[in-house]
Amino acid sequence: MIEVKNVEKSFGDTKVLKGISTVFETGKTNLIIGQSGSGKTVLLKSLLGIHHPEVGTIEFDGRVYSNLDKDEKRDLRTEIGMVFQGSALFDSMTVEENVAFPLRMFTKENRAAIKERVDFVLKRVNLIDAHKKLPSEISGGMQKRVAIARAIVNRPKYLFCDEPNSGLDPNTSILIDNLIKEITEEYDITTVINTHDMNSVMEIGDNIVFLKNGLKAWQGTKEEIFKTDNQAVVDFVYSSNLFKKVREAYLKGY
Amino acid sequence: MLVRYLSQIGRYFLMLKEIFNKQTKWSVMKRLIFKEIDDLIIDSLGIVCFISFFIGGVVAIQTALNLTNPLIPKYLIGFATRQSVILEFAPTFISVIMAGKMGSYITSSIGTMRVTEQIDALEVMGVNSLNYLVFPKIIALLLYPFVIGISMFLGIFGGWMASAYGGFSTSQDFIQGAQMDFIPFHITYAFIKTFIFAILLATIPSFHGYYMKGGALEVGKASTVSFVWTSVTIILFNYILTQVLLG
Repeated sequence: MIEVKNVEKSFGDTKVLKGISTVFETGKTNLIIGQSGSGKTVLLKSLLGIHHPEVGTIEFDGRVYSNLDKDEKRDLRTEIGMVFQGSALFDSMTVEENVAFPLRMFTKENRAAIKERVDFVLKRVNLIDAHKKLPSEISGGMQKRVAIARAIVNRPKYLFCDEPNSGLDPNTSILIDNLIKEITEEYDITTVINTHDMNSVMEIGDNIVFLKNGLKAWQGTKEEIFKTDNQAVVDFVYSSNLFKKVREAYLKGY
Repeated sequence: MLVRYLSQIGRYFLMLKEIFNKQTKWSVMKRLIFKEIDDLIIDSLGIVCFISFFIGGVVAIQTALNLTNPLIPKYLIGFATRQSVILEFAPTFISVIMAGKMGSYITSSIGTMRVTEQIDALEVMGVNSLNYLVFPKIIALLLYPFVIGISMFLGIFGGWMASAYGGFSTSQDFIQGAQMDFIPFHITYAFIKTFIFAILLATIPSFHGYYMKGGALEVGKASTVSFVWTSVTIILFNYILTQVLLG
């Protein structure tokens, strides 16, 4: 569980996060949504320790990040898996080397054990025959799956995803969403996803945090988002006709 | 402006300190070092050999063409070539060229990693990205004096070829000049310079790549800025070291 308490973060004179408090629960897919500039990425990067909030605390299962020393922070980071928007695979490494990287860096496992684990997670993300390919030789959807495999290979407690569906076709998006949800439940990890994708919100949003102008404007589940009368959420989520109609149909009980 | 430069210099020294913190596992680092030796040292040998051989030849020809007084002995061609090549051409001139070749490679490769969030990925995993990316380059460039040694040999050899086969002096005269009044400390001086330049070649382009901001266009700009600053620093250190060691 990750607990965010009254977090504030500014860049120069601009206050981007204005006292956000929320809880991201274990075993659930927690989504951060909001318009561009609402502070989603800054909140995610604050959770990752890339940005340091001036006010407030972030607790990882009771461990207050800002109270940890440098080594403890690095140790905590080994418990984190991250799927970047652009996958961020290492260009010079093959798919299997990318996935094996966290194991080679942080474990004492031998080559055979590492290979076994890499084969297992690649199979888990439905990538069977891409082991020897370079990231540049595979599609965007496959790169995302490699990124997920790399993020989970070291059995993380926390999984962060920054817009995992960006640049993917609808079918691949659904596959990636389902994969993340399955992995979250299977390994009982705390997953936080930063997304713009309303399909993801409707499909996998166990806990949705809606940000507006650096403030938490709403929090709820995917079922509650259909029923909410919070105008900011309605304007954002149901801005397209398709989702408006989906909501109307849901409220009419179809 | 001055404050900005000073803050950049301060940031550079903080980067140097961070490079040696939290070392990457040796089994991983070993592979990175071998890769950097291949990319930075072995891949540079061809261009260094080519430039050294021909510039050595040109130095010999230019010297010969300027020795118009018949009273000046022809063996001075060998002497002048040796001195030019060992003292300045091989350590300094080649290093400025390498600031372009190695430097732009280092800046663009690290800069691209920054743009594509690969450095963020390393940091999020708990890897000391500066140690992972820059330390192997520093170790690989400890072999840089070996490259400069080859450059010295080929520069003098090129001078001898141009001189003897171009009809500017006899082979014996050139060799006599090349051995005349040899001061071993000049080799030490040249290699001390080379060692310092190697550290600059590894760290300044890394600094510009690591701390760059923006997209693909900025990677190109960072490579150019890195080349300018690496060259300026090499020339500046060349002056300081010459004053301190030979002055």
